[in-house]
Amino acid sequence: MIRPSIVLVALLAVIALLPLAGDAYALRLGTIACMYGIFALSWNIVGGFLGYPSFATAAFFGFGAYTTGVLMTLGASLPLALLATLVASLVGASVLGAVLLRLRGHYFAIASLSLVEVLREVVNNATDLTGGGMGLNIPLASNASILGDAIFYFYAMWIALALTAAMVVAVSASKLGFGLACIRQNETAANMVGLNTTLYKSIAFGLSACFVGVAGGIYAVWVHYIDPSDVFDILYSVKPIVMSLMGGLGSPVGVVCGALVYLGLEEVVWRNYIQIHSGLLGLLVVLLLLFLPHGLVSLRGRLFRRGTGHA
Amino acid sequence: MLAAQVLVNAAVLGCLYACIAIGFSLVWGVLNVINLIHGSLIVLGAYLAWGLYQWTGILPWYVLVLTAPLFFGIGYLLQRLLLNRVITAPVLVTLTLTFGLDLILNNAMIYFFKADYRKLTLVPSLGSLSIGGVVVPVDRVIATAFALVLTGLLYLLLRRSRVGRAVVAVRLDRDAAVLMGVDVKSIYAIAFGLGAALAGCAGVLMALIFPISPLTSSAYLGKAFVVCVLGGLGSVSGALAGGVALALVEGIGAVVVGPSYATTLSFLLLIAFLIVRPQGLLGRKGFE
Repeated sequence: MIRPSIVLVALLAVIALLPLAGDAYALRLGTIACMYGIFALSWNIVGGFLGYPSFATAAFFGFGAYTTGVLMTLGASLPLALLATLVASLVGASVLGAVLLRLRGHYFAIASLSLVEVLREVVNNATDLTGGGMGLNIPLASNASILGDAIFYFYAMWIALALTAAMVVAVSASKLGFGLACIRQNETAANMVGLNTTLYKSIAFGLSACFVGVAGGIYAVWVHYIDPSDVFDILYSVKPIVMSLMGGLGSPVGVVCGALVYLGLEEVVWRNYIQIHSGLLGLLVVLLLLFLPHGLVSLRGRLFRRGTGHA
Repeated sequence: MLAAQVLVNAAVLGCLYACIAIGFSLVWGVLNVINLIHGSLIVLGAYLAWGLYQWTGILPWYVLVLTAPLFFGIGYLLQRLLLNRVITAPVLVTLTLTFGLDLILNNAMIYFFKADYRKLTLVPSLGSLSIGGVVVPVDRVIATAFALVLTGLLYLLLRRSRVGRAVVAVRLDRDAAVLMGVDVKSIYAIAFGLGAALAGCAGVLMALIFPISPLTSSAYLGKAFVVCVLGGLGSVSGALAGGVALALVEGIGAVVVGPSYATTLSFLLLIAFLIVRPQGLLGRKGFE
């Protein structure tokens, strides 16, 4: 675990130096890179460590965006709103996890998928609080220049990413991480030897939600305007899976690399083929699964000893 | 009177829901694959019916004859060429693969047909029946009748034909089926082809009733899933029971809490069922 952690820290440090490149475009890309890193690392807790195919990322993201957004319109300060979002996501997802993670395999996948639809519908209907389908305008958090603003949100997202990475490393080195690996390999046996599987799974679900929620909050403040179909976009659930598959399931360094590679591909595709970008994403998924099921890592032999992670 | 109307609506809609779900249920039961492309295949079928009616005036129910073999071929090839390569892989892989295929098909439909909602409007309109104050549009009645016919045909196919019995055998016990000389790979492809054919036919029927847009595919998929869970996986009668149950809950829910909470309601129902009665209303192992 030591060497991958060093690689991870180095990777984060490189990303942190990005503002030296200067222009707002690089910063925007960097902010999204951090956001995708958070998605991939967080998804990896449930999808990689625990081995449950979760499609709930978009639900956490939208929940976080709306929690922060609503709190800010009610007059809370940004740090307070983000902290509240963190706690609310952690608690909410843990409770939900205790119910949803009783389901296995396909059932869990679809339940987590429909969670996104349900939250979108609830937000759409709660017009008084969220503005419904009209969306929500979020007050500006600072009055800095455009570049100053960009640097501020970049570092906000970067700090969230660093915290996520620290949390993931801590989890994988702890008893919790060991327990999750046991559940992945054989849940019934883990239960038999006295592991409280429900508790472990529910904590894992909460941890995989909390920083995605914070990322959603930062995103909401960053773009100033959110609407349900934007933040509850099912593609937010799929992207981390693709990133993790690219980077190699179960390996924190791998999934962050996967996130960066994915962002690069996405940027090229978006820029050149906007009308067919989701189709190309689909094509990428299909080709990846058929020809490179163990991720880009497998191209270079077994450089990193990955966890045997397979959902 | 309202109660009677709600009941009739639920019966009509329930048969259509069953028709949406039955191909999905077949693929899930036999291949153990959640086929996320199902919703988009339904929409593709609807576009086929719409396009043929616009250009040539062929009535949708005649289109069924063309749709079934065409979609069977599409499904058969998809399974043979792509899905078969990962059929033994973990859930995440098969699920994500069908999701990728769905992204491609859905994007292609948005590209070629645009995301606008279209409606197949029959000219002249068929009007509606009114029996004792309960009103049912005739096109819905026709669609329901065809949905029941399709369901019945699948039932007969699985019960009476040699291929159908082989499909059921693979569903019941794959290894034993192999020992009996069943070619599992080709049965998988046939089951997936049947699922696709049913999706296409369901789409043709949906075109008669609902607006058509690539954006509706996820709604169809969600319904198919809920119906499978409610009714129990892998039986024709279960799909019918699940379809009617879902339509009933939605109908009553629309009256009590308003139609804008339909998804939330069916989700809560889904979770409750998965925890309390995971085998569904009529759940049995075996596709009968």
